[in-house]
Amino acid sequence: MAARQQLLLLCLASPDLASQVVAWSLYDGAGSATSMSGDSDAPPYSSVLHAMQDGWRVLQLPQPQPSTPGVEHQPAFLKWEFALERMVDVT
Amino acid sequence: MTRNALSAIDMARFVAHGYLRLDGVVPHELCRAMLAEFETGFTPTAFGARFDTPQAHWPGRPIEEIWNEGTTFGRVLALPAVQGLVTSLVGTSPAYDHHFVHVVEPHHPHGQPWHADAVIDTRWAFDIQLFFFFHDTPREMGATLFLPGSHLRRVHQGEIGRYHNIVGQEVMACPAGSVFACHHGTWHCGQPNRTDRRRFMLKLRLNARVPQRQLFDMTDARSPEVYDILHRYQPWQGTDARLDLMQHAKLWRYVSGDDTYDVEYYLTRLENQSRAAPPTRAR
Repeated sequence: MAARQQLLLLCLASPDLASQVVAWSLYDGAGSATSMSGDSDAPPYSSVLHAMQDGWRVLQLPQPQPSTPGVEHQPAFLKWEFALERMVDVT
Repeated sequence: MTRNALSAIDMARFVAHGYLRLDGVVPHELCRAMLAEFETGFTPTAFGARFDTPQAHWPGRPIEEIWNEGTTFGRVLALPAVQGLVTSLVGTSPAYDHHFVHVVEPHHPHGQPWHADAVIDTRWAFDIQLFFFFHDTPREMGATLFLPGSHLRRVHQGEIGRYHNIVGQEVMACPAGSVFACHHGTWHCGQPNRTDRRRFMLKLRLNARVPQRQLFDMTDARSPEVYDILHRYQPWQGTDARLDLMQHAKLWRYVSGDDTYDVEYYLTRLENQSRAAPPTRAR
């Protein structure tokens, strides 16, 4: 058996790990569970904390950044993207 | 203002959500004629055209020079509901930007990554992208996925492709003869076609050639209904949602000419500060 990584990206409404998931993606290094655009309308977990309680490990936390002078009021990407991982065995 | 102009309430919906939809406004006979042209060869597109082809030089020309009312698509564009939609958003005789017939083959299994078209865009002037569906297009047939309220988020093309699903995403599932008008910045992506039939969608981008100011029916421009629409968050906007409301107010000022309009006093508060203190005191 060998271990493979699954990567779950969860964008939250705020930097609080218990806040609501607003966007999500799954990349599956073990098989074919990788998600794609439009394949689900409901997130797999309500929050990062909820995913942690199901065994996902937090790999990266988004860092709050001061806003760029001149474009302080211009929103762009989803700011609070957390990367989580889970290792699974493959045969 | 033209006949069939949008109401201020519909215009507010466009400003806040980035799109409007007209369901089933193209008569069946015209839909059939358009689909026949897609099968046999529709107007060549300027998108990616070789420099030595005529269509490579169409961008910027008035739309009626590309499709007049003697053409099938010219008759679609001349439908009162379509004309009212277009002229309310980009004025009369807008410029052709490009068009493309997007085909999703039967049983095509993949969804496109999320993207915004063209390149990062810093203008307040906006283009519209018209999505025409000439046959019934249920979700399983590859109705385009899009994100209401995303149009004023400044991103470049496919940089948003790592998100797969977003709370509040919607599909352009619709009956034959439907038209969606989207702000050029709207995030969207093609979808799998799980049916046995080809899916066609004609996308046409138009640029305004006139100031986009008071092109719609201004009667209810200061109404509570307009304010409520401009004041509404999308479920995915999170901690930046108030910045989105500021963008709504700025775009509403642009289309209405009402330069003191505000939502929640966010713009006015900052403007008052600049009057209260000399610029040298700015933080």
